[in-house]
Parts: sequence; structure tokens; C-alpha cells
Amino acid sequence: MSARPIALTNVRLVDPASGWDGPGALIVRDGVIAEVFQGSDPGALSGDLQVIDGVGAMLAPGLVDLRVKTGEPGAETKETLKSAAFAAAAGGVTSIVVQPDTDPVIDDPSVADFILRRTRDIEMVHVYPAGAATKGARGERMAEIGLLAEAGCVYVTDADRSIVDSKVMRRVLSYAASFGVLVAHRPADPWLSAGAAASEGEFAGRRGLPSTPPIAEKIMLERDLALVELTGARLLVDQVTTACALESLERGRARGLAVTATTSINHLTFNELDIGDYRTFCKLDPPLRGEDDRQALIEALASGLVPIVVSAHAPAPAEDKRLPYDEAAPGAVGLQTLLPALLAFHHDGRIPLIDLIRTVTQAPADLIGLSAGRLAKGAPADLVLCDLNAPVLIDADKLLSKSKNSPFDGRRLQGAVRMTLVDGRVVYTAD
Amino acid sequence: MQAPGLNEVLGRNFPFPRRHFLSVLDLNPVEVASLLDLADGFVALNRQASKKLDLLKGLTLMNLFFENSTRTQSSFELAGKRLGADVVNMSPRASSISKGETLIDTAVTLNAMHPDLLVVRHGSSGAASLLSQKVSGSVINAGDGQHEHPTQALLDALSMRRAFGYIAGLKVAICGDVLHSRVARSNVAMLQMLGAQVRLVGPPTLMPSQVDRWGVEAFHDMRKGIAGCDVVMMLRLQMERMDGVLAPSQREYFRFFGLDREKLAFAAPHVRVMHPGPMNRGVEIDSDVADDLAVSLIQDQVEMGVAARMAVLASLAARLDNDR
Repeated sequence: MSARPIALTNVRLVDPASGWDGPGALIVRDGVIAEVFQGSDPGALSGDLQVIDGVGAMLAPGLVDLRVKTGEPGAETKETLKSAAFAAAAGGVTSIVVQPDTDPVIDDPSVADFILRRTRDIEMVHVYPAGAATKGARGERMAEIGLLAEAGCVYVTDADRSIVDSKVMRRVLSYAASFGVLVAHRPADPWLSAGAAASEGEFAGRRGLPSTPPIAEKIMLERDLALVELTGARLLVDQVTTACALESLERGRARGLAVTATTSINHLTFNELDIGDYRTFCKLDPPLRGEDDRQALIEALASGLVPIVVSAHAPAPAEDKRLPYDEAAPGAVGLQTLLPALLAFHHDGRIPLIDLIRTVTQAPADLIGLSAGRLAKGAPADLVLCDLNAPVLIDADKLLSKSKNSPFDGRRLQGAVRMTLVDGRVVYTAD
Repeated sequence: MQAPGLNEVLGRNFPFPRRHFLSVLDLNPVEVASLLDLADGFVALNRQASKKLDLLKGLTLMNLFFENSTRTQSSFELAGKRLGADVVNMSPRASSISKGETLIDTAVTLNAMHPDLLVVRHGSSGAASLLSQKVSGSVINAGDGQHEHPTQALLDALSMRRAFGYIAGLKVAICGDVLHSRVARSNVAMLQMLGAQVRLVGPPTLMPSQVDRWGVEAFHDMRKGIAGCDVVMMLRLQMERMDGVLAPSQREYFRFFGLDREKLAFAAPHVRVMHPGPMNRGVEIDSDVADDLAVSLIQDQVEMGVAARMAVLASLAARLDNDR
């Protein structure tokens, strides 16, 4: 694959790793970033180059999304690795981590291997599997964490399920730590959140929806933090969504625990009132919270307490969504809306652009040890060219995912992906 | 207050501005007053030997009850028949849903049979609203999960207005399992709209969280909660929610939250007692109180149910006529 080198000129380079946000240019050769010109004019470009004029658009590292579900293997009618990869490319996402709660569960190296082989065949974006922390993601017995890591799993998690048994969680943490494997865990007290379709409060009460109190998240997180302290393991808190859990996280970090956290773009953008008259596309797991929680999350993003944003892409077809609210499947697709939705905080002036971009590039890449996520010489040429100011009207039917369950349907956002490159190949161009 | 005659009310021909009847929150006080006036007329009609009108002649009313409810279903059936509609009762519970058909599929299938009025009861909050987006006729919510039961609130308002002559300013205590009660939610909305003072009474395990933000007073002590109240409205408590789940036992529940003479003495001297039925005698209400016609409006509520539902059906049907 020795395509012509590409020069991306006349762009606004945004590179959180070097702290540069300003004009520049960049040259891609042999799948990697060959030259970065920060501020300076590259001058006369010599040689056989394909020159792409960015017309002032933002050139940033391609996005790294740590939490994506597809339906492959097992539920290909929802989403395949291929359809997810196309959606990712169109959204400027160049690396995705797929969750292990497929059918079969990624608790066996051969399933991880299947994902990686399928991904090579598709040749779109990088797909990394997350392995199950326990066999069948049932929270009972440890999965083959060492073998899963060897097979290419970038972290282990039981995805949507909390590991209820504290003894199992303790063993998973200490065993994974011995291999240097990161454990991601969803904090949700299983008893307080059983059967819940909404977050407890005035809204759920008036709507008559079964609900889980925000402290269900805090209770499990506090347990996890205590176990991290006991085992010295590394923990990724899978989607903090409540103000009370943020307090626990802050105290844990202040004590120097190796704990970090994600939140989802949905919880940063919507609150429970968006559910309105039982809009099931806003039914998520964890559920949408109150406005106070949403504001606290934005603050935590601005302060760096929560350094990573995920799309929490969870495809669910119409037949699973067009049901009464408490029977409908939770989750929302998000690969294509992650970047423009995140840019809202830049346009609002709440968070500097470079800090926002860090939450979906360098921060997640560093966490799982990818060399992507930065505009550095020698780094993979995973790039997104985005017209920051272009208005986009989200039309769920036009999303590339096989499932169209987007809560952003009909929303007007600002920021259109013009081009996406993976390993120097153009994998998406807006027409 | 003398109720206006039926012909007079119908003659006003107030155009009910909605296609569906889903939630009390959709209504405004003018519409409610109009519905109550109309219902008053139907009460008089229902007491005559000849009870039949032809306001719904040619229209089809379909009762679609995913949850069993003999009482509400027959109330709607009678209301429809007395107004001249063809009435069909469907219980999908027994048939298609168990074969994996979704609510929407059922709705689309039934819609092809062109029901003009679709009365729906379903165990999930929001189900009636969901259905209303998929059918061409009018949908009447006969109870959706723990959300709303708007015709119950209308018949309760009718019962209270007829008993007291007014609703604004009445002190009403709604007691029992507020958390799971769609009757409570619809009644809170209705009574607040009509200017009553609403109190909610029950153990904290049976109260929705942040109920204080509903604009009501919440009490965990029943004697304090019903003190000075004009109306005590008891809610049904499902047996499986006792036995230590949400209340420790039946006898403990009755001791502290069951309505008996002793507790009722704390209410206003002219207090009236209501219950949406069916009652668990000896659990939430003492038979002695329930059967005392001097205080109990429970039988009236059943009678008012048919009239209130006739008012809703007639109003929606007038709208259907206008659409044609």
C-alpha cells in the first residue's frame, strides 16, 4: 500500500498531545504522519504529492471511541462490524473498541481473533475488542484475562453488567493488574437499579416510570474504589452520569488511585426531560439524569475529572424501540453524532476546542496504549478533517448504522466531517 | 348548583379540541367543566327507563384491554352502547401478544378494522400515547401502567362536584400506594387544575421520590394527613406489595394506613370517602366505612363512571364528525 503521499494544507491543526491549536499543514506518507507544520508555511511542496486544501477546516487526530456495540457476532440485524465501521468513518472516528457482550461473548481468544480478522477484511477503521472480565460476562468466574489480552483485547469489562459479587470483582482487579490489563466497570447497584427505565426523581415519578436513584451509581463506585485501593489495580469507570458519583471519583483521584472515567455524549447532551412523552430513543442505560447531573458532568469534563467521552454506540432496531417505554431496549447509536455533538461545548464557549478534542483522541488513546490520537511525526495517519462551523441537521434515517435509534434525530448541530483518513487511506469523504 | 339539562349542554356544542383523551395534563379547566356539565346530563339520562341516544350511531368503539378490568371495561361498554355505538371487546392478553406480536403490530391490525374510538388499558406507562401515534381513530386512555387514568379522575371530579357542589377549595387527601397509582397521578393533576388542595398520605416506601415537588403536601401519618379533609380518597394496594416488600404486613398496613372510623374522625365532620375500586376490605378500608352511605361515595363513583365516559366519548365523537 504505497499510495501517493498526501499533503493536507491550509488547515487548523488541533493536536492536544502537543498543545497546538493553530494554522498549519501536514504530510502523510506510507500510512503515517511524515511531517507536521505547526504555524509555519510548508513552503514549496516537492515531489509527487496529492494536495488537499482544507480551506481552514479543523484537522485533528481521528477519534478513539472506547465504547461501541455492534451486533456482530450474534445480532447482525442490529449492526455489523462493517456497518459500524462505515458509520465510524463518516463520524470521524478512526478507532473503536467493541464491547464483549456479543453472542458468543468475547470471553475466549478465538472470538477476539474473529473480530480482528473481520476488521482486517473490512479495511475501514481500527476495531479493537474489549474482552469479558468474567466468563459469559455473568459476573461469576474470571475469564481468561491473560489470553484475551494476548489476543488483542485492550481492556476487560462485563459491559452493561456490574460485577455484583465483590469477591469476584476483587479477584478480577488483582488478577488483571498482574498482567497490566485495564478493567472497565459499570457502576450500578444491581438491586437499586433492577427493572429501572428512568432515573429516580420528579420526572420519573410523574411519568410513572420504574426508576433507579442516582446513588445506585455512587454506591457501586465507592465499592470499586475501595477494591482498587486494596488491589492496586487500574480501573476505568464505565460512564459516570451523576453528580454524586463524580464526588466519589474526585475523592478517589485525590487519594491517588489509578482510576479514570468516561461519560457518554448522550448524558452530556440530554437530560431526563428529553424523554418527554415516552420517547424510547432517549431510553438509555444508564438512564438520562436530571439537569443538575448534566451540568456537573460538563464541569467535570472541563476540569478534567472525567477525561474521556464515549459515544456509547448501542444499536437497537425499530422493533426493539417502538414499544412501550419500560419494554423498549435501551441504548442509542452515536458514532456519527459524537463529534458534532461534542463540538456544541466549543460553540457554547464552555470548553476550549483543544480540551474537547483531547477527550476523544489523546486521552482514550493513551489509556489503552495506542500510538494514534495525536498529530505527531511517525504516528498513524488517522485523521479527521472537520468544518467546525458547518450546520448539520441530523436525520436518523440517513445514518449509516443499520439501526437508526438516534436521540439526535432532528437536532441541529454544528460541525461537519469533510474527510476521514485511517492509516493514510481516505475512508470517508463528504460529497 | 342546578345541573343544566342534557339538551342544553349538547346544544352548546362545545367543540372538544382534541382527537385523543390520554392525560389530564392535556386538558384545561374550561374543557373539564364542559365535560362535567355534559356528564351531569348523562347521569340524569342513565336514571331514566329509556337510556339510549344515537350520538355515536354508526361509530365503532373498541375496548382493548391488555390488563383485565371488568369494571372499567363494562363501564366503557355501557357508555358506548348507551350512546348508540357498536362496541367490540378485545383482550389481546389471551391471544396475539403472547405470540410475540408487539403493541404496534396489534394497533396496526386493529386500525385496519377502522375503530372510531379505541379504549386502551395497558400495563406500561405511555402505552396509550404510543398507540395514539399509530392509529387513525381516537384513543382513550383507560389506564397506562403507573402513569394516568384520566377518565377515573373525571368521574371522581364529577362525584365530588355533585356531592359538594364545587371543587375549588376542597381539601382532598389521597391515601395509600401513591407510588404505583395511575389514579393518584391523574387525580392530583385534575384536582390541582380545579383548585382543590391535595394531600398525599402513605408510608415513604409507597410515595414517589420528590413528591413534594408536585405541589402537594405529603404525610406519612394518616391521622395528620386527613385532619380536616373534606374528601378522603383511598387507593388500592396490591396484596403482593405487602409481605415485607413495600409494607411489612397486611395487619401493620391496616393499623397505620387503613381507613377506619377512628382515623376518619380526624377528617372534617362532613367528610366523604372515595375509592376507585376494587376494594381490599380490611386492608386499606374498613367495611364499616366503605358501606356507610352517609360518608361513602364509592357507589356513586361507579354510577358517575358511566356518565363521565359517555361525556368523553360524545365529545370525541363530535370532533370525529367535524373531521369528516
